[in-house]
Amino acid sequence: MNQIELNNITKRYPGCIANQAVELTVAPGEIHALLGENGAGKSTLMKIIYGVVKPDEGTMRWQGQEIVVKGPAHARELGIGMVFQHFSLFETLTVAENIALSLPKEEAKSLELLKQRIIEVSEHYGMKLDPNRYVHTLSIGEQQRVEIVRCLLQDVKLLILDEPTSVLTPQEVETLFKTLHLLSDEGCSILFISHKLDEVRALCDHATILKAGQVSGHCIPKETTTEELARLMVGDDTPLTEDYKKAEGAETYLSIVDLSHQSDDPFACTLKNISLEVKSGEILGIAGVAGNGQEELLNLISGEDTSAKETVFFAEKAVGNLTPEKRRVLGLGFVPEERLGRGAVPDMSLQDNGLLTGYQGDLTKNGLINTSKVKAFAQKIIEKFNVKAAGIHAQAKSLSGGNLQKYIIGREILQNPKLLVCSHPTWGVDIGAAILIRHELIKLRDQGCAVLVVSEDIDELYSISDRICAICDGELSPLAPTHDVSINQLGLWMAGDFQNHEITADVNPSSASQAPAQDPTQEGAL
Amino acid sequence: MDFELFTNILFATLRTGTPLILIALGEMVCEKSGVLNLGQEGMVLMGAALGFIAAVVTGHAGLGIIAAVLAGMMMSVLFAFLAVTLVSNQVATGLALTIFGTGLSGFLGAGYVGMAIDGIAPFPIPFLSDIPVIGKVLFSHDPLVYFSWFMFALIFWCFRSTRLGLTIRAVGENPEAANAIGIPVMKVRYGAILFGGAMAGLAGAYLSLVYTPMWSEGMSAGRGWIALALVVFASWKAERILLGAYLFGAASIMHLVLQGLGFEASPNLLAMLPYGATIIVLVIIASDAAKAKLSTPLALGRPYRPQV
Repeated sequence: MNQIELNNITKRYPGCIANQAVELTVAPGEIHALLGENGAGKSTLMKIIYGVVKPDEGTMRWQGQEIVVKGPAHARELGIGMVFQHFSLFETLTVAENIALSLPKEEAKSLELLKQRIIEVSEHYGMKLDPNRYVHTLSIGEQQRVEIVRCLLQDVKLLILDEPTSVLTPQEVETLFKTLHLLSDEGCSILFISHKLDEVRALCDHATILKAGQVSGHCIPKETTTEELARLMVGDDTPLTEDYKKAEGAETYLSIVDLSHQSDDPFACTLKNISLEVKSGEILGIAGVAGNGQEELLNLISGEDTSAKETVFFAEKAVGNLTPEKRRVLGLGFVPEERLGRGAVPDMSLQDNGLLTGYQGDLTKNGLINTSKVKAFAQKIIEKFNVKAAGIHAQAKSLSGGNLQKYIIGREILQNPKLLVCSHPTWGVDIGAAILIRHELIKLRDQGCAVLVVSEDIDELYSISDRICAICDGELSPLAPTHDVSINQLGLWMAGDFQNHEITADVNPSSASQAPAQDPTQEGAL
Repeated sequence: MDFELFTNILFATLRTGTPLILIALGEMVCEKSGVLNLGQEGMVLMGAALGFIAAVVTGHAGLGIIAAVLAGMMMSVLFAFLAVTLVSNQVATGLALTIFGTGLSGFLGAGYVGMAIDGIAPFPIPFLSDIPVIGKVLFSHDPLVYFSWFMFALIFWCFRSTRLGLTIRAVGENPEAANAIGIPVMKVRYGAILFGGAMAGLAGAYLSLVYTPMWSEGMSAGRGWIALALVVFASWKAERILLGAYLFGAASIMHLVLQGLGFEASPNLLAMLPYGATIIVLVIIASDAAKAKLSTPLALGRPYRPQV
């Protein structure tokens, strides 16, 4: 008997079909991968199983019986647990309180008993948790553990994980996979959504590939190469291989000197003695788990937050106290993490969004907007960066994440910046768009621009960065040429262990076994 | 200042603070669930007017109280329907509710202006009220004062150690996440708004049946707004609301006493005293930005649309 069976599931939204006649079967204890590009309908399908979204057509069988999931609460009763990509946790509550809220009343009656159970369950599955800590003090990896433990406490039969590894350090990923294997051995089915094909191959028994809302293929990942998997996802026309030459860089353009900063925001990370240099014609990558000071650092570079004058320099000019506008005049381009709201104004057209940061060029004269030039500028971005949109009058929020990101990066690049700062440039972007974005960043580097990339995607950083470092708890690790830093070394840096130098050594197999004992999250917390 | 005057001042302080406590506690619960209801003033006035009318018509002040609570709840249902079900802008809807309530209460109560009734009598608690000074200050009040203490304790306990309190906070912090773990966001918000309405109505009854047993148009004199400010300055904490409300009460009484004593200052300046003093004290208490942020309901004023 199958754990779950979806038949002919169809869900239409105005203007698009999210799922069309999707069939999916998962056996007990099976780890099943769901693959697909952005907008392929994976998330919608998971939300249908979890009862957040109602399908227009189709049926669902749970342990052989046809059911209609009325809502998340009902799904939980049945034994379906879900860990969302954006966690559904409450930051101002403690771990125990967060978990208590999602349990049936009788089980959550005594908070003390519940704390005991949390400790027992989390230790059994190798995911240590302190039930008394406030969620906002936890690292992303620990927050994910809260979500998973929350599901496990409810005798879960099917666990859905939406891109669980995108926010974890390599060591944390290893721990998570051990837990998932243990769970599947105990008979729990797992639905695993990921963009990372290597992980899918390492972990999953079966895979279903979605393309434009329809099932485009099935495979057994362990018997399939990564290239074949990628091909199934993106189709035949996108080149997959990326091999970029590393560059040396010329003169230092951006330099940060001994920057310490404490924000007023209690959830923010305090930066401690950060120094770094980015040369013209190189890409510097900063790895790190989100919430370890990346945002604070980028705000200080972009000028959204200011520091003492003599801490940030653009080509030897001290700019620490300048506003974003003045820094842009000096040649800064900035691609923030949030596309909607900071990178672009959701309700404004692409044309107007182009003007937002482009107004210093010849788009305006004496304070008046030259509309025809603005239109031409927006049109140029759309054409050069292959943005799929209804036209220059399309609202920014109507674009998919990947296309909007291409537009924003295009807008910055076409202004010929001397320094481009990118935060998570391909986060949540599908393979095709990600390749294009990386390609453009490399092109920009080769034109002599200094590029700083902050990302959680380690593969990406290895692929494009010329030098690499990691940030943890507001401190920066040593900087080194990318090919001198092993992935284990970077993992240790991301966990805050800056002492363990092995930069000159080759990939050291023994360090992989040391790493999990390190408990990276303890130090990685705020 | 002699001793009896001092006792009287304290006694009056508690009475003056009571309506503020009732309104502010109700609004606090409402805001904790993420809903900003600016209609307090309108709900208080409706409670005061209908409470008074019901007391006059039936001859029972107790029935007046029930009518006032129901009036407040009726008003808040209207607000909840617009702001939660129809997802209208909470600020605009709340303001409209205040204007609506002010006008409607004036219209309904027009025939009752100037009438006098026997308000709700004080109920000195046996034995306790015989204690010197404390007995007079704390235990010789009308039942609604005691009730406000009871509600304070109830709400304090609810948010400190019950699942209900946790649920309300969760909805006010992240309604999407709350929905995802199976909390009925709409129901919780409706409940919180209704509770806020009931408390505002009760405060209205206190004004027209206890504090000054009569009805006059606009008799709430901005207390709904003060209570709103109180909730924010008290960082959504029940104990600080209690403190703030009594502080306001004390300062209000002091300005009358100072005038009575012939204190040489412009009466207009003295009339500012309660507002200034309350705000200054609460701002000082809440000056720790880090802590204040932790108790602020993150989704306050943000409408929630369920996914379909």
